[in-house]
Amino acid sequence: MASIFDMRLQDVHNKLRDKEFSVSELVDAAYKRIGGTETDVKAFITLDESGARAEAARLDAQIAEGGELGLLFGLPAGIKDNIVTEGLRTTCASQFLDNFNPIYDATVTKKLKQAQSVTIGKLNMDEFAMGGSNENSSYHATRNPWNLDHVPGGSSGGSAATVAAGQVYFSLGSDTGGSIRQPASYCGVVGLKPTYGLVSRFGLVAFASSLDQIGPITKNVEDAAYVLQAIAGYDELDSTSANVSIPDYVSALSGDVRGLRIGVPKEYLGEGIDSGVKEAVLAALKVYEDLGATWEEVSLPHTEYAVATYYLLASSEASSNLARFDGVRYGVRAENPDNLIDLYRKSRSQGFGPEVKRRIMLGTYALSSGYYDAYYLKAQQVRTLIKRDFDQVFERFDLIMGPTAPTTAFRIGEQIGDPLTMYLNDICTIPVSLAGVPAISVPCGLADGLPVGLQIIGKAFDETTVLRAAHAFEQNTGHHTLRPQL
Amino acid sequence: MSITNQDVEHVAKLARLELTAEETATFTEQLSAILKYAEKLGELDTTGVEPTTHVLPITNVMREDEVRESTGNEQAMKNAPDEEEGQFRVPAVLE
Amino acid sequence: MSETSKYETVVGLEVHVELHTKSKIFCGCSTSFGAPPNSHTCPICLGHPGVLPVLNKQAVEYAMKAAMALNCEIASDSKFDRKNYFYPDSPKAYQISQYDKPIGEHGWIDIEVNGQTKRIGITRLHLEEDAGKLTHVDGGYASLVDLNRVGTPLVEIVSEPDIRTPEEAKAYLEKLKAIMQYCDVSDVKMEEGSLRCDANISIRPYGQEKFGTRAELKNMNSFRGVQRGLEYEQWRQAEVLDSGGEVVQETRRWDEAQAKTISMRGKEEAHDYRYFPDPDLVRLTIGEDWKERVRATIPELPDARKARYQADYGLSSYDAEGITASMKLADFFEESLNYTKDAKAVANWIMGELLGYLNSNNLDLADVKITGQGLGEMIGLLEKGVISGKIAKTVFKSMLESGKLPQKIVEEQGLVQISDEGAIMEIVDKVIAANPQSVEDYKAGKEKAIGFLVGQVMKESRGKANPGLANKLLVERLNG
Repeated sequence: MASIFDMRLQDVHNKLRDKEFSVSELVDAAYKRIGGTETDVKAFITLDESGARAEAARLDAQIAEGGELGLLFGLPAGIKDNIVTEGLRTTCASQFLDNFNPIYDATVTKKLKQAQSVTIGKLNMDEFAMGGSNENSSYHATRNPWNLDHVPGGSSGGSAATVAAGQVYFSLGSDTGGSIRQPASYCGVVGLKPTYGLVSRFGLVAFASSLDQIGPITKNVEDAAYVLQAIAGYDELDSTSANVSIPDYVSALSGDVRGLRIGVPKEYLGEGIDSGVKEAVLAALKVYEDLGATWEEVSLPHTEYAVATYYLLASSEASSNLARFDGVRYGVRAENPDNLIDLYRKSRSQGFGPEVKRRIMLGTYALSSGYYDAYYLKAQQVRTLIKRDFDQVFERFDLIMGPTAPTTAFRIGEQIGDPLTMYLNDICTIPVSLAGVPAISVPCGLADGLPVGLQIIGKAFDETTVLRAAHAFEQNTGHHTLRPQL
Repeated sequence: MSITNQDVEHVAKLARLELTAEETATFTEQLSAILKYAEKLGELDTTGVEPTTHVLPITNVMREDEVRESTGNEQAMKNAPDEEEGQFRVPAVLE
Repeated sequence: MSETSKYETVVGLEVHVELHTKSKIFCGCSTSFGAPPNSHTCPICLGHPGVLPVLNKQAVEYAMKAAMALNCEIASDSKFDRKNYFYPDSPKAYQISQYDKPIGEHGWIDIEVNGQTKRIGITRLHLEEDAGKLTHVDGGYASLVDLNRVGTPLVEIVSEPDIRTPEEAKAYLEKLKAIMQYCDVSDVKMEEGSLRCDANISIRPYGQEKFGTRAELKNMNSFRGVQRGLEYEQWRQAEVLDSGGEVVQETRRWDEAQAKTISMRGKEEAHDYRYFPDPDLVRLTIGEDWKERVRATIPELPDARKARYQADYGLSSYDAEGITASMKLADFFEESLNYTKDAKAVANWIMGELLGYLNSNNLDLADVKITGQGLGEMIGLLEKGVISGKIAKTVFKSMLESGKLPQKIVEEQGLVQISDEGAIMEIVDKVIAANPQSVEDYKAGKEKAIGFLVGQVMKESRGKANPGLANKLLVERLNG
């Protein structure tokens, strides 16, 4: 079914200017589609229909007056619920924040406002971005639009599912160990994790501060380039934000990949990778060959250590980042505590779900007296080795490619209760996060009726090459035009 | 390495989590499995390897000492679960 | 009372000094004191979800300056760490502090006790953020949290266990306060909490190398309180040892009203702060040029001034120490010397009249109106014989209150000394006539009687007679 949201951004803007349709009609289309699909998909936690309609009316008035349109003018957007929005409930899919209304906007929220997109609502996720299936949301499990019995992936599962279901034009997700790329892969959409430091983290509720990045989830690479253009850039409120000049991402989409050198890590196509996934990825590499790029097998020898490294580091940081949820200043406070310590323990135990507790426990343990060197420090050192793996490959190659995830979307409930297996789903995305480099997941076909994602990894701050390669692939294959039947 | 129920209880206390006996048992088992898996890292000789805290080589990010307008008391209290005289109210600190 | 002299006391102090930056260390909220609760707050210092810290450069430079003034080595590579603990005054449930890479290490300061100079080592100086304030209500059943103070920059200064007596501890604090004041990095007001002190104290038999078990003392709210708390605690520990007991490692609270230390055992848990590098902040690289720029802002410090006053003006060590203990006082001293060359006289007036007045009225130099010019000119008038020493005291008192210059006070109040022989002789004759008994005593050889008669002349002249002249003329008349 062709949707108004399948239209290219420039065409949408031209038609808005030509009054073929209005922003209000775009917003209507979004809520109509949500009305028709949300009982199946369950992508949102909070919808802001009155806010969105009021904003649409303002934007329509602006068109009537003429003048410049913002970069993302009028586009209905969904925002992952761990990105704070002033006055719009932000829960991180946690009961702890069920009643939390932020008193400020995240930097990316401000940037979306400047770019004049329209926020439709806040998207479901694994609680505090911990998980890869959205089953860890304390509200409900989002379902994969391609097969409602399957997970959409996570943690940005709502963000990927809503785009796949055609409910919004684009969404924002966040990625710590694969949380944008893996759900994008599972839902057959495009998901970009920018270089660490390219997009401000100010207002992103921290899971693992040294890994978290916000990025776009879109139907195609061109949209990803537009959204990245709108949200990237130095922020004086984020000390870890990089003071680099931002290139024109859209005009870099030349379609030309001739001469690009691609490294394909043997570790990403080895044991544990589904044959359907492997086939789709190899077929994609063949497309690049045909387009004039070259590829060869390389090694990222420390890949097998990445998952352990990641879980120690991310959980340690999370244990500290989530300590502020104490029930004193905001959030849901447990009733009738005996004393202060009881207030803390009851509020946190009632407010957090099992996966969050598990990671807080793991992180607290890894940082505790006597274990710091063996776990946290050791993991930081191994992180250095993993980063060096990438540095070495990038001395000889422009890009690294492989699958985004070893499998397609699994069935809801299939992996619950087995955290370690669940963690190993992230084997192809975690090393990239540890190295801090950019990566995109683009649809590269179906396996057993479910989407497969091709992961394209670039050098730090070389998003243009990543986007150019992804765009060329997309233009020559058309996998991104496949839509789920809903 | 495997950890005990007592370890889990100690860590829960540090993290201000109240676990049921069942949760304690589950976490003991799961954390043991995860930590056992993490022992893999011991295979690597990391002598002399610098730890990575930041992937970017950024240093000395600072702001000038300029006062910016505070958001103030009303905003501070907006989400307060319990409030008195413009302050957050909590049960006694001492037991 | 046990014999404390068997034991040697070992003290190390941990001092927190608030840096007087305009804005907080990690956000732009004001640090000013006394605002309504939670008004100087923003999402960052409230620890709202998603916020990030950005370091205040001035706080770093104040910390560097303070560390340099304490003779510390300044780190070339420094970083910030999270100290994790739950408490309602700590909104993020961690304090951003410095663990293994403090701004400064291996410093020292010299203190003077009983005329002896002693060097006290400074282990480290690190930068961190202050916590909020709790007020207990409902008879202790609840607390109210005010987060205005959260994020005020602090330096924590940790001494080596080099301090051996409570007096040394007090002298160390006074010197530390003076240095911070000279560097202009803090208001160092203990009563407003901008200087706070905890102490580790243990005792050991003389000759024993190993330290005894220490207690940590908290809640000492004045320098005097620190001294008294330590005095009590060294006595208490000696009592414990003498009665065959063992000192327990614990935190104890100094109770000013009861004048004793009270165990806080059971009221706090064992801590495991789980320090780790704060991933929200980047490393601090302090190059030589930056260090030099900061070093150039450090003024002449108390020890250097003291040495100069002794060498250039011949002041005693005691007077020089007293005057340089406060930079304002030392500046006052130097300003006076623009108006008189008699430095010793200036020192005497400062150490005697001025400090006497300030201390007995619990005032600060800023609270009185006298100027260095006033004191210098007053000493000039004394030298020239325009006023007597007695009148000078009246003039001095008047200057404290009004800030007027001495010449003006003398004129307004008609206090010019009478040095006219004829005028004084008239009074002398009157006094001789009125005190026949004293005249007789003097003539009988009781030389002391002359003092009484001079006093009568002074009284008769309402203090204005030149006392030297009065003495001379009296003697002449009586002998003549």
